[in-house]
Amino acid sequence: MAKGVWIVAEQRDGAFRKISFELASTARRLADQLGEEVCAVLCGAGVEGIAAELGKYGVEKVFVADNPALEPYTTDAHAAAVAKVVKENDPSILLIGASTQGKDLSARLVGKLATGLATDCTDVKIADGRLLAVRPMYAGKCFGEVTIASFPQMATLRPNVFPAVESPKAGTVVKFDAGLDPGQLKTKIVEVQKDTSGKVDLTEANIIVSGGRGMKGPEGYAILEELAAVLGATVGASRAAVDAGWRPQSDQVGQTGKVVSPNLYIACGISGAIQHLAGMSSSKFIVAINKDPEAPIFAKADYGIVDDLFKVVPEFTKECKKLLA
Amino acid sequence: MNIVACVKQVPDTEAQIKVKPDGSGIDEGGIKWVMNPYDEFGVEEALRLKEKNGGEVTIVSVGPARAMETIRTALAMGADKGIHICDPGFDGADAYTTATALAAAIKGISFDIIFCGQRAIDDDSGQVGAVLAELLGIPQITLVTKLEKNGETVKGLKPIEGAQLLIESPLPCMITAQKGLNEPRFANLPGIMKAKKKPVDVKDAAALGVTPAVKAKVVRFTAPPARAAGKILCADGTPEGKAAELAKLLREEAKVI
Repeated sequence: MAKGVWIVAEQRDGAFRKISFELASTARRLADQLGEEVCAVLCGAGVEGIAAELGKYGVEKVFVADNPALEPYTTDAHAAAVAKVVKENDPSILLIGASTQGKDLSARLVGKLATGLATDCTDVKIADGRLLAVRPMYAGKCFGEVTIASFPQMATLRPNVFPAVESPKAGTVVKFDAGLDPGQLKTKIVEVQKDTSGKVDLTEANIIVSGGRGMKGPEGYAILEELAAVLGATVGASRAAVDAGWRPQSDQVGQTGKVVSPNLYIACGISGAIQHLAGMSSSKFIVAINKDPEAPIFAKADYGIVDDLFKVVPEFTKECKKLLA
Repeated sequence: MNIVACVKQVPDTEAQIKVKPDGSGIDEGGIKWVMNPYDEFGVEEALRLKEKNGGEVTIVSVGPARAMETIRTALAMGADKGIHICDPGFDGADAYTTATALAAAIKGISFDIIFCGQRAIDDDSGQVGAVLAELLGIPQITLVTKLEKNGETVKGLKPIEGAQLLIESPLPCMITAQKGLNEPRFANLPGIMKAKKKPVDVKDAAALGVTPAVKAKVVRFTAPPARAAGKILCADGTPEGKAAELAKLLREEAKVI
């Protein structure tokens, strides 16, 4: 009988990514309701040393596969390792982060484990002893409550939505052999082009300052960059700005861009089309600055300013400088 | 080259989505149906590979009768033939079921590369490509924004948080297409006319030897969670006043700065 709430922890360069703690805390909450154990799977090279840190967030056992072939992440190696240890232990629930790596891994595991997966969930709970996952669909125009008929019941959690809560448990390391067949590891990373700008990735930013058509051109973003520097924020853009060539595709927030869930999203000169909202509606606080009082964004904003952003933003930057001095 | 591109028919992104009162699904009345935008990038890349290397592009789609229109659109863009997997048993299918059906259809043809969109904009699930690759036993590169073929391998550029990876894979492999991969062509009138005569096989579950068995099920559709109403800041009516009030509220009330 399938038992246990499992997570796949994500690490890069020997440190856990924040989502790993969000996963552990969520698994702990579900496991407490079920009266079951939380286990984590950790794959990499030389990662045994960091494994116990997951214990702080409620993990009883960490299954560690330590193998040079597991670093860096490749679909083939990680999917094989995780599938092996999952099949050997038959957990009831398996949670993975809806990060780029997590999305790639979890979908491949659906095939290996012949099971069901609810992706990019904004809530998970237990109902009648089974996982109930809540997730946006149709660019967030509606939500779906999903149940999985098979084991493990898989869900990927949207980053920065679930809290990371300390709840100390043993975090005992259990090493396992990933059982990798080199002939089965088909893809390889031939080059890593690191983003040297030093910016925090939009999907991981705590504060985002975002500009749309109202910025009037690429030069308009200078005031947003200044505000971002004061707040320690990352600058984003709407599709209109990206399509106009003012900002790169990688800056786009929205249905065909990135999904972000910062603590604070400041939307400047963005009307708030449904496709943009799809990318930022998980934000904890939304501020809108737009001179059009009818802009749909105001219906979603916690604080709205109807005024000329070219006047308001620099003033706001001054105020923030004073506050944070 | 034998190239396969999987497509899905989805509601247009502008569509108003209304949840049925009983929460059992969405109201499909009045919806304009289109090819999933991410699948368009896949079809376009398939056509470019065909133009460069010769060969054939086969379009495969799981969907109800109306999905045939989307297959014809891909044929009008320049693909050569199609397979329409059509069976009520696949309505509301989950990723594993859909991928099983696609795999059964694709197993019967020889292929060098398969394109899928990185996700469908209706369920926003993003799993089918990877499950299909696993069932066919081929490697995958997901979220590809640039693809290069060199003999029997391909290199795909893939953005991750804080970096871009260049990943090499042998053929055959499965690629999921991300925005930026290419600019899809429009089907022109001659293309549309030619498409009417191109062959499309229609297969049901029995013909594929597949028994639909949904594992992940949406048991209830709901409206999105409501956000508490916000406030418009008026302060003293000046930009300076509003900016100061905003800073104060974000610090003291929201506590986010």
